[in-house]
Amino acid sequence: MKTRVVVTLKPGVLDPQGKAVHHALTGLGFGGVNDVRVGKIVELDLADGTEPAAIEDMCRKLLANTVIENFRIEQA
Amino acid sequence: MKAAVIVFPGSNCDRDLAVAFRELTGHETVMVWHGETTLPDGLDIIGVPGGFSYGDYLRSGAMAARSPVMRAVADAAGRGVAVLGVCNGFQVLTETGLLPGALMRNAGLNFVCRDVGLTVGTSQTMFTSRYEDGEEIVIPVAHHDGNYFADDATLDRLEGEGRVAFRYTGDVNGSARNIAGIVNDAGNVLGMMPHPERMIEAAHGRTDGRRIFEGLVGALA
Repeated sequence: MKTRVVVTLKPGVLDPQGKAVHHALTGLGFGGVNDVRVGKIVELDLADGTEPAAIEDMCRKLLANTVIENFRIEQA
Repeated sequence: MKAAVIVFPGSNCDRDLAVAFRELTGHETVMVWHGETTLPDGLDIIGVPGGFSYGDYLRSGAMAARSPVMRAVADAAGRGVAVLGVCNGFQVLTETGLLPGALMRNAGLNFVCRDVGLTVGTSQTMFTSRYEDGEEIVIPVAHHDGNYFADDATLDRLEGEGRVAFRYTGDVNGSARNIAGIVNDAGNVLGMMPHPERMIEAAHGRTDGRRIFEGLVGALA
């Protein structure tokens, strides 16, 4: 069972990497980019029947730092 | 007096911290590997050193915070043992939950490696008692992820309770309210990004960091 966890910085938390990427895109001549936020994806290969609550627990205990990050769990 | 320094794969300031403890306590510092599940008996001070534990995988300090030894460190901190986390050690302590907030990528994206000015936020802790309130000191930083973040309520509480130990005198890394170091509510855990162990003797150029260790040893003697 493939599961994908998408971790993003919370809205309002400064994302210097996103800003740098935004700057570089603008430098390459791409106009119309309003904002860029950089996150990360963690792909999990889980035993069938793994409880959603267990996956959420993994996110809260390790995969995301909920002080600064949000996470989203997607079944592939 | 017995001090220990935790060693993770990727720690690189563990020896410096151990030397600082040895110089001030007069006893050899015990080095404890991250895989240990228990700490030596009778510890008075635990140092969580700088470096790049576990290669900063996932987030700085994230993997180290879940290592077996950190459970023992958290238990010891709960019993009142003094814990000093420097740089990566500060990141580990926030990831462990022993200190509030988080340390994010520096706002300017640059790795910052230089001497910085600090003001002492409070002299009312076992770590800072040898400084004056508001005193300006100089201690080096060397980090990529030192941008302290916490929500406004947490920041207000830290300031209101006198738990901001050190502030940068100017913007170094984008830290909220220029916070460079904080203590926990019980006052026995200090996390700070600057490296006091790199300024403890005249040969280092200055000795501004020495008084943290002197204060700690004095408080525990």
